[in-house]
Amino acid sequence: MDLTVGPNPFFWDTPLWQAFHDGLADIPVARVVLGELVCSKRLPFYQDAIPGAVERLLAAGKEVAVTSLALVTLKRERKLTADLADMDVPVEVNDLTALAHIPAGRPFWVGPLVNVYNEGTLGWLARRGAQRVCLPPELPLASVARLAAEGARLGVAIEVWGHGRVPLAISGRCYHARLHDRAKDNCQFVCGEDPDGREVDTLDGRPFLAVNGVQTLSASCASMARQVEALRDAGVAALRLSPQTGDFARLTRLYADRLAGRIDGDALAAALLPDTPGGRLSDGFLTGAAGAAWSGAA
Amino acid sequence: MQTTATLPLCPPLLAAAIRPLPLAPLGLALSALSRRLAARHPGMFRRLGGHAGKRFALDLTDMPLALLLAPGGGRVRITAHRRAPAAEVRISGPLSAFLGMMHGAYDGDALFFSRDLTVEGDTEAALALRNAIDDAELDLAAELQTLAGPLRAPLAAVLTAAERRTGVALHRVEGAWA
Amino acid sequence: MMELVCPAGTPAALRAAVEAGAHAVYCGFADETNARNFPGLNFSREEMAAGIAHAHARGAKVLVAINTFPRAGAEPLWHAAVADAAAAGADAVILADIGLLAHTAERHPGLRRHLSVQAAAANPDAINLYAEAFGVKRVVLPRVLTVAEIAAINREIDVETEVFVFGGLCVMAEGRCSLSSYATGRSPNMNGVCSPASHVVYAEEGPDLFARLGGFTIHRTPKGAPAPYPTLCKGCFTSGPQTGHIFEDPVSLDATALIPALAKAGVRALKIEGRQRSRAYVAEVVRTFRAAVEAVAAGRPMPEGALARLSEGQARTTGAYAKTWR
Repeated sequence: MDLTVGPNPFFWDTPLWQAFHDGLADIPVARVVLGELVCSKRLPFYQDAIPGAVERLLAAGKEVAVTSLALVTLKRERKLTADLADMDVPVEVNDLTALAHIPAGRPFWVGPLVNVYNEGTLGWLARRGAQRVCLPPELPLASVARLAAEGARLGVAIEVWGHGRVPLAISGRCYHARLHDRAKDNCQFVCGEDPDGREVDTLDGRPFLAVNGVQTLSASCASMARQVEALRDAGVAALRLSPQTGDFARLTRLYADRLAGRIDGDALAAALLPDTPGGRLSDGFLTGAAGAAWSGAA
Repeated sequence: MQTTATLPLCPPLLAAAIRPLPLAPLGLALSALSRRLAARHPGMFRRLGGHAGKRFALDLTDMPLALLLAPGGGRVRITAHRRAPAAEVRISGPLSAFLGMMHGAYDGDALFFSRDLTVEGDTEAALALRNAIDDAELDLAAELQTLAGPLRAPLAAVLTAAERRTGVALHRVEGAWA
Repeated sequence: MMELVCPAGTPAALRAAVEAGAHAVYCGFADETNARNFPGLNFSREEMAAGIAHAHARGAKVLVAINTFPRAGAEPLWHAAVADAAAAGADAVILADIGLLAHTAERHPGLRRHLSVQAAAANPDAINLYAEAFGVKRVVLPRVLTVAEIAAINREIDVETEVFVFGGLCVMAEGRCSLSSYATGRSPNMNGVCSPASHVVYAEEGPDLFARLGGFTIHRTPKGAPAPYPTLCKGCFTSGPQTGHIFEDPVSLDATALIPALAKAGVRALKIEGRQRSRAYVAEVVRTFRAAVEAVAAGRPMPEGALARLSEGQARTTGAYAKTWR
């Protein structure tokens, strides 16, 4: 099993974005997906930095893909999505719109926002050219195992959401703008004020969700720290680490240590917790009663 | 359909008149009636599925009366009580809300949204009961009249008059609610 | 005239919808294959066959929703639902999953396929992909589009479009939301339920009534005040200094006023949400909308509807159809 860094779901200023991606060249991850996943309005701020980042990561021996937008409605967004197919690296499809623009036979990756729930869907995507599939985070372990077995048969690498606030929903409406009493078209990029998302608590003060523009995330950070053996036994090829602020190189090294057997699940969880946005880990989608649950000690 | 904002309530005088009545005969009569309904509407109990084994307390808030309904997989039992007894589900509201929902005069969701009906306990079982009853297209007045034998015609007249005077749905409402 | 596609959670509701003027009724089997897998709802195989016969005898169509995402290792359950819908004489099946679409196109090429809103095909490129790959004939558009965007989509596709006009409103792109399973373990995509009643607990604490879902407080209302059902995305939450309905107010969709604009935008069918509602509700809403689409088709002004009291929290919205909603 190895590690993939997913696309940054948040809106970071360009220096931070650049420093983050430059830093990935020196850390033990096999591959990186970059580009804009959540909101097309953010892209003009940093799109000029993307080709350089791709080049440096490729030079450092990483596999690289660019993500498609999660929700494509505007003409400009369709154009952006079509243009991805012209890049020299694979597209990670996070909405089927992107697939419409990828020429037949050209390999692509599939991200966690495409609904791959069963063998039939995986098989169809494989026949279209899917090389890797990161499964939707809500899948239980039984489904992951079935799909990993089918992926092995089809020659498709199966990846699982390994660490980070879980992408739970995408909307036409911008909740960040709504919280600031602004319309989406006049958002003034307020999502940039919350580089790990803006927390949403229940009325009794319990952390619950986090909004990130048009996206809704979990308040807890999913972590497969305690599930590595189960996922490896199931045949999962990679864990996806989702960008967050703080010392990401340390986070990645900790996961690499865990995969190499140098630390156990509880030690990894304990080491991760102080830097975890929201201060809580979860792994309930895989084996728990609900996604928010955590298999370890509270 | 009538608006739920103006649910008719049981007149206090009638509620007072009911208070001293013995409850056991009422329970027996209701059980007999509901077994008859069960025999005629087997689909209703199929729809309840795993919830048929649960007990539903129907707390009539405008009457000194609560009913305990135990579908028991077709062997229905209804008992009458002064206060709502312990049960997996408790649904509270005026008699007219229950009868109106049963007869398709009111929408259950709308009654819950407006809190004319409130649910405590097993919400899923309450939902299953509501859906099962909605599909059964029950008509309490028609069932009562069938039971009444030779008294059928006078009973029909009494029920229609009662329905008019109280605004409580005692017949199945058929396409007349628009 | 635009086709009116109406919900039926039970055979009684199906008959009520047909009686009230539905051109088509959509419904599903009583299991996890459909996205309204609620207790006490939906159709057995026999009920489906009888319901379809009843509708056909009165000139109405029946569309069978098999619109959850099949569980890995359990696809035969969904394949059987498609085969049984075909055998029962369904006029179309409403599907969301790629694998199930591929299976249906291959094994039941003569069975008309509609793309469920759960597939969230929100632009012409995605819609044309589903049309080319799986022979989809109609797309139910996700509730994230404005009327102008719908018109633009219709200019670039060859398949029919269907849009929601009344009832419950998802604020998230449907089929792409795991909020419910995050809180309860049960989701629309996998189990056909959202914010399921099995995980709802109402508790009176002090002067307030708390409505909790999977242990998370979704609403707190003073005792005696209207208490909406704790649907997760319509909940009241706190973020920083703000407390309120962060995602959406407890409103329901009412696009009655937009029917003429939707007709002009080339929309083929109007869909009413509410398979979980009573036959009484279905009949009233269908009758009102049938009068509206007839008026629009005849170039008459639309009759004033009186549907507000059937709505959640008695408040209505035109949702994403107006750009300001975003």
